[in-house]
Formats: sequence, structure tokens, C-alpha cells
Amino acid sequence: MAPLIDVRDLSIAFPRATPVRGLSLTVEAGETVALVGESGSGKSLTALALMRLLPDAARIASGEILFRDRNGAVSDLARLEDRALRQVRGRDIAMVFQEPMTSLNPVLSVGQQVAEVVRLHEGLSRRAAFARAVELLDLVRIPEPRRRVGDYPHELSGGMRQRVMIAIAVACSPRLLIADEPTTALDVTIQAQVLDLLDALRRDLSMGLLLITHDLGVVAEWADRVAVMYAGRKVEDAPFETLFGAPLHPYTRGLLAASPRLDAGQHYSAGALAEIQGSIASAAGEEGCAFAPRCPNARALCRAAVPALDAVAPGHLVACPVTTVAAQREARHVLAFG
Amino acid sequence: MHGTDTFPTGALAAKSLAADAEDRATAAALGAERVPAPPSEPDFWPNVHAPDAARTVTADVARLAPVGRRHALLVFLSNPTAVAGLLILAVVVGAALAAPILFPDDPLEMAGRPLQWPGQNPRFPLGTDALGRDVLAGLVHGARVSLLVGASATLAGLLAGILVGATAGYFGGVVDDVLSKLIEIFQTVPGFILLIVLVAIAQPSVPAIALAIAAVSWPQVARLVRAQFRAIKEKDFVAAARALGFGHGRIIFREILPNALPPVIVLASVTVATAILMESALSFMGLGDPNVVSWGSMIGTGRDLLRTAWYLSAVPGVAIVLTVLSLNLIGDGLNEALNPRLGGEG
Repeated sequence: MAPLIDVRDLSIAFPRATPVRGLSLTVEAGETVALVGESGSGKSLTALALMRLLPDAARIASGEILFRDRNGAVSDLARLEDRALRQVRGRDIAMVFQEPMTSLNPVLSVGQQVAEVVRLHEGLSRRAAFARAVELLDLVRIPEPRRRVGDYPHELSGGMRQRVMIAIAVACSPRLLIADEPTTALDVTIQAQVLDLLDALRRDLSMGLLLITHDLGVVAEWADRVAVMYAGRKVEDAPFETLFGAPLHPYTRGLLAASPRLDAGQHYSAGALAEIQGSIASAAGEEGCAFAPRCPNARALCRAAVPALDAVAPGHLVACPVTTVAAQREARHVLAFG
Repeated sequence: MHGTDTFPTGALAAKSLAADAEDRATAAALGAERVPAPPSEPDFWPNVHAPDAARTVTADVARLAPVGRRHALLVFLSNPTAVAGLLILAVVVGAALAAPILFPDDPLEMAGRPLQWPGQNPRFPLGTDALGRDVLAGLVHGARVSLLVGASATLAGLLAGILVGATAGYFGGVVDDVLSKLIEIFQTVPGFILLIVLVAIAQPSVPAIALAIAAVSWPQVARLVRAQFRAIKEKDFVAAARALGFGHGRIIFREILPNALPPVIVLASVTVATAILMESALSFMGLGDPNVVSWGSMIGTGRDLLRTAWYLSAVPGVAIVLTVLSLNLIGDGLNEALNPRLGGEG
């Protein structure tokens, strides 16, 4: 079966910069794909592009966003006209934003905001939509939904507001849910609850979930597959076991090495945390691999051309010639000498 | 706003340290040799997140929400000058509404001997004018005209201003350029001159005057609404609404407009006052509707007798002053209650 969403060679351009280049990404129904990268790597922009909500100055320079709707028909969201696009947004693809504090309209009650979506996309009556809103608030495990439905956003805590955002997002049982750093603004205990909720909803509604995050802890716990982005390009794409067990791209390795651990007395007072030298800004104006200026293994060939994504194993893509050649040699070695 | 809210971490840590110190003290008192030094706290908080992002925006969000609105009403009602304004306006509105009952006859009819001073004749508490018309009846009926013109001109001006301002602010780009230039064209023409020209072209009737005043006052509303829309359309909840597939109309009227209204309401109260002044000025110059009595026309006809019977101009003049004052007081009160920059929250 074709994937739910199949992004092919997507480039997003601003007048003076191209922050996302040649990105390909797929999400299957019922699958959680994490899009990981540091700030400025283009992950949020990618999410916005999938819904065609890019800022005015940005545009999709090339590529296709093939989306399979509930009837099995495939359409290219990158070229869909506005009216049809509005049918897709909120109904087939929904989004949960990073900041629950400002993503709800302060002058409408949460019930009104949930009901509004249902009325728009499913044409329910005012009364039916309101009843549905109560059900949805219950679905996202807001206690006493009947009482909460009349509350205004500022009367709810951050975690509750994010639950309301999720209720609005899943109101029309979307096929794909895009969560753009859904827990960054929440504290850790709430973070786990919200992600558990998203995961449960993904299972129950068999949605595809595109989880955008820079938190590898979140990735490890909830993602099925991980795509790592660096400076607007995908540098590694692997099932999460592979990515955490045998990361290949030097950037991914750097990221994993840099994440703090609780074991082995790894505390900042016990010694410096591992870091990746330099910053993402050094990618500017680079001819070849954007990571080369920071890469410990960089060779001359890295700076010559942009490395292509090579499959080193089924479902494991890496854009690093140095690593791939080494991995293949090793694989051949294993084949030849057992 | 950053850092005004302290996350309990600090307080908790301080508490646990204090507790540790206490433990050590008790241990020492019990003669224990050594108490292990308190673990250098980090182990407790491996993943503490910065709390500020979650908190800074709360105040902004709370401002306009209905409880905030109730709160704004409280702020408004606890403001003595605003309440005074409200009372004066209530009296004027009451007089205007009761005019046909209190003075069923045409206020332009001769009612008694001309030029009786106020207090001279109990039948005419505010006296009579040069043609023997009852000044009090004129005043009360004039309130109808003044308020009607003020309110309908403001309504029409608001409607036009909101439509143009919202369209310009929301869509931006070329639409904004064209509409902004249109607003500027209207603003460069001196308002009162334009008003006189418009009324001179049209027949001077109450609806025509109201529309002409609206034509002069909408650009201000449009500019304000445009600025509000430009700011609010960048907010996350508008992006969220777009992500839900809402159309432009729904986003403009349901998502943005209610959030843009508070300063517009404040402006509206002042616009009513300005409209009343404009109508009075027109009537004073004899450009008003000749078939109705208005405060401005009363002052205008009293002008000739200013030295002998000054009360003819003074009485309606005081009425204008009080009404405009009351509206300005209400405007100030609303501004204090609704303007987030003045900090209505305690």
C-alpha cells in the first residue's frame, strides 16, 4: 500500500535562502515518524509546508507532497488549490502546535473552539457539535468534560490547554497528525502524559503521526522511525532501534553522544558534556556536505559534492559517503570472512 | 514579564536545603559523629525545564477572556469619573427617549410670550426664545437629534472602518496598499470642510448628515482596526485556525475581530462625542436639517441675541458640553478597563 504521505524532493525557498532542500519523507498509516534536528534545521518549516501554511515570503520551490486521503485518492498538496486545501486541513491532516498558551483563541470557550471544527468539517448542528465537543474533551482525558467545556483557555493549565489543542486536532479523525514540538512548553511530567495521549490516539484512530522534536528522549520512547535533518537536508533515516543502536551519520552520532544520561555519573559537575563543535550557521555557503565543517571524519570528497542518501540496510538511509563506504566494506568483510 | 513568576524549583530547593540543615542540627544535637553532606542537589532535578515559556503569555491571554471582561466591567464601574459619565449620559438618553411624552407638541411651535428668562415663568423653566418657543422642549427634542446623529454616524463609521481596516490588515500586500492610500486620501482632506461639502451637496436631513459624518470619521476607525489586525493575524491561534481549514471570513470575523475590538470600543465612545459636536457645528451654521430642532441650531438662533438673552445659547451649549464630557469620561473609563498597556489587572 502506498504511504499515507509521501514527500518527494521537497525544497522550500525564501527570496534569499533555501532552508529546506530536496527533502523526502514518508509516513505510513498508524506509524509514528520523528523528525529530529536542531533549531534552524528546517523541521518546523517542513511541517508547515505539508499543510501549505508557510509564511508569506516562503514558497515550495520544488517537490511533491503526495497525500492519500480516506478514499484512497492521492493528491499533491504542493499543487492543490486553496478551496480543496481547506477541506484537507483540519479534516485529513491536523496539527498540534508547540505553544498551547497562544494557540487557543482567548475569547472563545474551549467547547466552542472544539465544536467549531466539527461543525465546519462534518456539518453537525450546534447542539450535536457541542455534544461531540464534550466527547472529545473526554477522549483527551480532561476530567469533568461537561463542566470544562465552558471554560476559557486562560482558566486551564498548560497541559490541559495542550489536551484541548489535541482534541481540536483529532476532532475529525484525521489521517495524519503533525505535532510540532507538542511538549516543549510543558514540564516533564505533563510531557509524558501528553505524548502517551498522542500515542494512544494514534493507535485508536490509526493515524499517522509526524512528531517534530529536538528531544531525543521523546524520540526513543515514542517513535517508530526517525528522520534526522541537518541544515535543511535529511542526513539519516532509520527505524528507531537502528538509529539508537547503530547510528551511522556523524551528526546523529554527535547528537546521541551529546544527550545527557543519568547513568555512569554523567552530570555536568562530573565532567563536560559531549558536544558537536561549531554551529549550524557554519553550513552557510558550504559546497558539499553541510556538516563537513563540524565533522570529525570530513574528507576532501565531503566538500566536493552534496552526499546522496544511500541505503546501507533496508529502511536505513544515510547521507555520508565516508560512513557508507566504511559500512559497506565492513559488510563485505563480514560476508567474505564470516 | 519574563521572570515575574518564580517557578517553585527555587523555593523547593531552598526548603530541602533548610530541611537538610535542620537534620544536621538535630543529628549534631544527638551526638552523631558526621552527617553526610547533602548530595549536591543536581541529582534531584535531572530534567528541569525552563518554565518561562509556559507562563509569559498567560497574562495576555487572560486579558480578553470573558472573565477578563467581567473584570474589565468591575474596573470600569469602580472608576468614579466613568460612572459619573455614565449617569450624565443616562439622563440625556432618558430625556431623549421621554421627549414625545414630556413635550408632545412640536418644539418648533410658538408656545408662549417670547424672550422669557429662565425661572420667570413656571410653565417654561428654561425660558422661551425670540419666537416664543419653549427652550426646555427644544433641549429635550434636540437631545434626540444629537444622540441619533451621534449614534448612527458612529455605527456607520464603525461598520465602514472595520470592513476596510480588517480587509487591509488581514490580507496585506496590494490590497493593503490600495486601502491604506484610500484611508490617507480621506485623512488629508480637512474633515469639517469635507463634511460641509457633503452636506451642501446632499439635502440636509438627519440621515444625510449622519452619513456625511460617518464618511468623515471612518478613516480613524479603519486605521486602528488595520493596525490591530496586522498584529493579531500573526498570533498562533490564527495560524492554528488556518491549520484547521477555516476560511478567511471565519478567521476575520470569529477569530480576529473579537480580539481586536476593545480599543475600537474606546474609540467609538469618543467618535460619538465628535459626531455630536460636528452635527452641532453644522446646525449652528444653518446647514442642519431645518425641520428638526437640534442643540446646534438653538445656539445658532440664539447667537443674534447673545448680549441680551445669552441663556438661549448657553443652555444648549451646556447640554452639548455635558453630553460630550460624559462620552469622553466613558471613553477614558473604557480605555482604563480595556487597554492592556495601562494594566487594568491589579
